[in-house]
Amino acid sequence: MIRVVLPPHLRTLARVEGEVELNISGQATPRAILDALELRYPMLRGTIRDHATQERRPFLRFFACQEDLSHGLQDAPLPDAVLSGAEPFIILGAIAGG
Amino acid sequence: MSGVRVLVGTRKGAFILTSDGKREKWEVSGPHFAGWEMYHLKGSSADPNRIYASQTSGWFGQIIQRSDDGGKTWIQPGTPPGEPTTGPGGMPKGESNKFVYDISAETGKPLTTHQWYDGTQHSWEFKRVWHLEPSLTDPDTVYAGVEDAAIFRSTDGGKSWHEVSGLRGHDTGSRWQPGAGGMCLHTIILDPSDPGRIFIAISAAGAFRTDDAGKTWKPINRGLHSQYIPDPNAEVGHCVHHVAMHRARPKTLFMQKHWDVMRSDDAGDSWHEVSGNLPTDFGFVIDVHAHEPETIYVVPIKSDGEHFVPDGKLRVYRSRTGGNEWEALTKGLPQHDCYVNVLRDAMAVDSLDSCGIYFGTTGGQVYASANAGDTWAPIVRDLPAVLSVEVQTLP
Repeated sequence: MIRVVLPPHLRTLARVEGEVELNISGQATPRAILDALELRYPMLRGTIRDHATQERRPFLRFFACQEDLSHGLQDAPLPDAVLSGAEPFIILGAIAGG
Repeated sequence: MSGVRVLVGTRKGAFILTSDGKREKWEVSGPHFAGWEMYHLKGSSADPNRIYASQTSGWFGQIIQRSDDGGKTWIQPGTPPGEPTTGPGGMPKGESNKFVYDISAETGKPLTTHQWYDGTQHSWEFKRVWHLEPSLTDPDTVYAGVEDAAIFRSTDGGKSWHEVSGLRGHDTGSRWQPGAGGMCLHTIILDPSDPGRIFIAISAAGAFRTDDAGKTWKPINRGLHSQYIPDPNAEVGHCVHHVAMHRARPKTLFMQKHWDVMRSDDAGDSWHEVSGNLPTDFGFVIDVHAHEPETIYVVPIKSDGEHFVPDGKLRVYRSRTGGNEWEALTKGLPQHDCYVNVLRDAMAVDSLDSCGIYFGTTGGQVYASANAGDTWAPIVRDLPAVLSVEVQTLP
C-alpha cells in the first residue's frame, strides 16, 4: 500500500480528505503511482501531468523521504519506505506569492 | 414570479447571485471552486438549469465544470467520481479538461504556428478556456474559446472537446500574435437567425466569421484602424476586446476595440467608429439593451497604460442612438477615488421587461441596474477581482 499526499485543491477536485492509499501491481514507480491515481480519480487527469505530453506540470513537484524525485526517471523504483507505506509520496504545488 | 440568476467568475472562485424580478434583494451563493480562477460561467438558453464553467489554475491546468441544477451542484462532465473510466467498448470515456489542437492529417505536424511577441513563429500551446458559449438550441452543445486562440466544440455536454480547426487553419494564422493578456479567443456569438453563422474575436488577431458552422472562416476587420500595428488597416492583428449583438438584429455588431468603439451593420464586413463624445474610447466591455437594439453600453477606461476608470469616477456610458452620442450613467456608482477596471466578459443584460444591466469590477464589486442603467446599486462589494458576469432570466 502506497500513501499519496495531494495538494489541497486536488483533494477537493478528487473529493477526498487526507491521504490517498493506492495498491500498485508490479513495479512501483512515480509513473505507476500517477497511472493508478488517475485511474481511481479520473478527474485528476491533466491536472498533474499535461494531457498531451504526459509531462509533469511545471508548478508541481514530487517528493518522498525528503528527496525531490521530480527530475528523476519516472520509471525508476521508489524508495523502500514509500513501498512499505512508512513514508508518503508527496505531490506538492509550488508556493507562490509575497 | 420571474427572476434572475447572475453568474460571477472571479480570480478566487465563482459566485451565484439570485433575485426575484424586482432585483432589490439578493441571495449570494459561493464561493464555488474556492481558490481557483473562474474565467467564465454561462447558462444554456435551451435549459436554464444547465450551466458550464471554466475553472483554471496555473498549477493544475484547465477544468470544465457543469451544473444540471442551476448551480446547486457541479460535476466534471467527462469524469464524474465513482463511475468507470472506460465505456462499454473499453475506450476511455471523454475527458472534459482535454483540449488538444488538431494536427495536419497529411503530415502529422501542427496545423500552423503563430507570431510570438518577438516576431518569431511559435507553436500553439493550450493554456485555458476564456469563454464558454452554449448552443442556443441544444443544452449538450457548447463552444469554448481558448488561449492560445482556437475554438473547440463539445456535443456531449462538455465530456469531450474537439477543435473547430478551420479557424486556426485559416491562412492568416501565422500572423496572429498575443496581446498583453495572451493570445485568447474571448468572444463567441452565435447568430440566432442562422445556425451556420458564428462570430468570434481574438486578441490580438481581430474578429472572424463563419457562415458554414465552422468549416471556413474569414477575417471581418475592414474599417478597423489600429495605430499600434505596422499596418494600421491590416486584415488581421487588431486587438478586439469584445463584440456584442442584439438578437433581433444579427447583422448589427458593436465592438469595443483596444481603442475605439466600432459598429457594423453588415455582419462585420465593414466597420465604422462610433466613439463620439466618450471621454476615452479605450475599454473592454460592450453590451446591448435587451429590448432596444440601438441602446448600447460601455465602460470607458483611461488608457492601455492605466487600466482604471478616468478621473476616479466609475461611469457607464449609454448611447440610445447606436453610438456617437453617449450619456454618462452615474447614479449609485462611486464618483471619486475609484480606480477599478471592468474586464471584457464582465457585463451582461437580463431580458425582464425593465432591462437589467450588470457588471463586475476588478475591485470585487458587482453592480446592478434594474432600470436600464438609470440607477445602480451594488449586489456585493467585496468579492475577489471579477473576471466575468453573465445573467440568466428565469421564468
